[in-house]
Amino acid sequence: MSELKTPPSGGAKAAAATADYLDQRTGVGNAVKFFARKVFPDHWSFFLGEIALYSFVTLLISGVFLTLFFVPSMSEVTYPTEGVWATMRGVEMSEAFSSTLRLSFEVRGGLLMRQIHHWAALVFMAAIVVHMMRVFFTGAFRKPREINWVVGFVLLILGLAAGFSGYSLPDDVLSGNGLRITDGVIKAIPIIGSYMSYFVFGGEFPGHDLIPRLFTVHILLVPGLILALIGLHLFLMVMHKHTQYPGSGRKNTNVVGYPAVPVYAGKLLFNFFVVFGVIALMAGTMTINPVWNYGPYDPSPVSAGAQPDWYMLFLEGALRLMPGATEVMIGPYTLSLNVIIPAMIVPGILFTALAAYPFLEAFATGDKSEHHVLDRPRNRPFRTAFGVALLVAFFILVLAGSNDLIATHFHLSINDITWTFRVFLFLGPWIAFVVTKRICLGLQRKDRELVLHGHETGRIVRFASGEYIEVHKPLDAHERWLRVQHEAVRPLEIEPAEDSRGVRRKGYKADRMRQRLSQLFYEDRVEPVTPAEVAAAHGHDEHDEQHTAIEGHGQPAGVGASAHGAEPDGETAPDGRNS
Amino acid sequence: MKALAARRHDRRAPALLLLLALLLVGGAYAVLVPSSADAATTKTATADDVATGEKLFQANCATCHGASASGTASAPSLIGVGAAAVDFQVGTGRMPMQSDGPQAPSKPVVFDDEQISQLAAYVASLGVGPAIPTEDMVDPSKGDPANGMALFRTNCAMCHNAVGAGGALSQGKFAPNLWETTPTHIYEAMLTGPQSMPVFNDANLTPEEKRNIIAFIDEQGEVSPGGLDLGSIGPVSEGLWAWVVGLGLLIGISVWIGAKSS
Repeated sequence: MSELKTPPSGGAKAAAATADYLDQRTGVGNAVKFFARKVFPDHWSFFLGEIALYSFVTLLISGVFLTLFFVPSMSEVTYPTEGVWATMRGVEMSEAFSSTLRLSFEVRGGLLMRQIHHWAALVFMAAIVVHMMRVFFTGAFRKPREINWVVGFVLLILGLAAGFSGYSLPDDVLSGNGLRITDGVIKAIPIIGSYMSYFVFGGEFPGHDLIPRLFTVHILLVPGLILALIGLHLFLMVMHKHTQYPGSGRKNTNVVGYPAVPVYAGKLLFNFFVVFGVIALMAGTMTINPVWNYGPYDPSPVSAGAQPDWYMLFLEGALRLMPGATEVMIGPYTLSLNVIIPAMIVPGILFTALAAYPFLEAFATGDKSEHHVLDRPRNRPFRTAFGVALLVAFFILVLAGSNDLIATHFHLSINDITWTFRVFLFLGPWIAFVVTKRICLGLQRKDRELVLHGHETGRIVRFASGEYIEVHKPLDAHERWLRVQHEAVRPLEIEPAEDSRGVRRKGYKADRMRQRLSQLFYEDRVEPVTPAEVAAAHGHDEHDEQHTAIEGHGQPAGVGASAHGAEPDGETAPDGRNS
Repeated sequence: MKALAARRHDRRAPALLLLLALLLVGGAYAVLVPSSADAATTKTATADDVATGEKLFQANCATCHGASASGTASAPSLIGVGAAAVDFQVGTGRMPMQSDGPQAPSKPVVFDDEQISQLAAYVASLGVGPAIPTEDMVDPSKGDPANGMALFRTNCAMCHNAVGAGGALSQGKFAPNLWETTPTHIYEAMLTGPQSMPVFNDANLTPEEKRNIIAFIDEQGEVSPGGLDLGSIGPVSEGLWAWVVGLGLLIGISVWIGAKSS
């Protein structure tokens, strides 16, 4: 071994000395040791949150650049008559708008940075939504991660706030239309509405205060909060350890994966470059928010095709679907239900359902144990169906917000489209719920079938007696484990209403309600195959079992089969991985 | 022999043959397709034109508009609509109408320029109406696009979109995209208010203002500083592409990275 001992190079020495210097003063060695050995499970869907994180980093970098040139001021200026953009020459505009034009046309790389910033915002919100879908459908929000779900939910709302405040900053007609709708929504709040509007806008809409105020919100308040909550989100993630998909060797008490250094450190960096690269590619090739098309804000014009960015489109859709006749007069006062319902109640329902779901499910399940192994969506039919129903409702609202474009692009009547969506907003989620639930239950039955009878091989065997059977290839232990590892959640059982002496029990009604909820969640279910069932299938259903059929016809094959339902510890997976 | 047979059945052969066949058909079409009449002659209407125009009208338009052009239950009277209306409706292919629908869309033009001017001369002879504008009146280079922008967004953008990309109206009607419309037709549309469009007479928008609007529309669709314009229809198409391209690529790459490991 002595020949391997080469003296360390100068660079290595310097690195070691620096590391030692830092370690003695900051104790960074412990942190490095901790993170280097931290194991993360591997799956492509675990990158979705990272995409959101890196789009946020991209937003910060490009945003800093934009603040160097953007002037958040409502003071009036005139676009120079020899200015770059012909249709703006000599037009009066706010300094916010003119500085946006200058940033776009005259600052080197300015338009690219603006487009990077805006595309990154769209990708940020999309990545948050997809990440949330992953967490939802795999049940990653279960104990101990409910708080982190709420943190993530607040991040979603803050993302909306960041997007909205930034979208309005250039002071163009399109974003001004959005602010006008916001003003209308604020004014629709009963009693305090008009006071609130004056408070927010610093007087009558649009006023001179809003752009500077939004600027502060957009570059200081919201990003600060997002940054802090991302810190909390990641801290909780590290503390809880990452969840993992079910599979052989993966339990609630372990984490199967690779160490953070070097595997994930490399991947993290690579992912950042990928995300930044994709966003920069989009920004370099596709126009986003061409404010020079819309012109400086003026409260009078509204153009066709005026819509907010996609993440706000569901609100626009709700407003477009709401019949205007629902505005009611109470004495001299107007109650604008035509605005309150679509702009406050509908998003209120969607968001409350989203934020509260983990708690609702925990209540209905009555389960207090920790979960680190994810669910396969099919194994929780109610949750999966609920999530799909929520998404369908959201998607219908998004489509309704684009009804004019659907009308022009598909040559349809906008009135018919609107009525169709009005009906489907109520029908669609129910249909989606029922269909998804049936699909989940069907997939579970397919799993049962597979575990009990094995894969079809297409081989037909004829016995000497003349009897034909199709040979089924039994699942290997890993395949089987994946399909039987989940616990079947059954509806809660409660104590009877009266005790043995016929005395009514206190709290029975509350228990009964909880049981009803629990039944709603878990009444329809397919039990996973038990070891006994596997044994029985192997023992009696000999026609489906290759080994019994061919090697030992009639021989009791149940011996040892009880282990088939158990975890295949120590066995090597088909792909050679020994977890 | 076997090797020869194998080579004869190269698996790329069908694709190559298909490509050649497509090329042949396309080339043949390009050669054989009737070339469009491009004789653009402007001349003043003569009595001869009116007479020919009347014949054309009787043959092609009278079924709906009535033999005396005074309208029927299914089509309006054309007395007093002027040459501008005819030049717009027939010149953009909207008339003769293909089928009864929410509105007559523009389609390949049926008549040549001479026939259109004859038809226009006939209709103009029925009653006083707006005339076809001169070249000078619609020349975008003589207009002020910035003033056109201000006028466009107060008068036009609510239906035609901020830059004239088009938009939806009620019951299947729509305001069309204006980028391919000729300056003359835009002027005539403002002057005569075809279909759902309101009339912008010279008291609403002076001829000079109309030319400014034409100058604004002329600026559109030529330069897109930010790259592909995605149809210039606003945030919906941007959102769609953010999902399709952005999330599509990122998720695709994530799956690829994920697949490379465990």
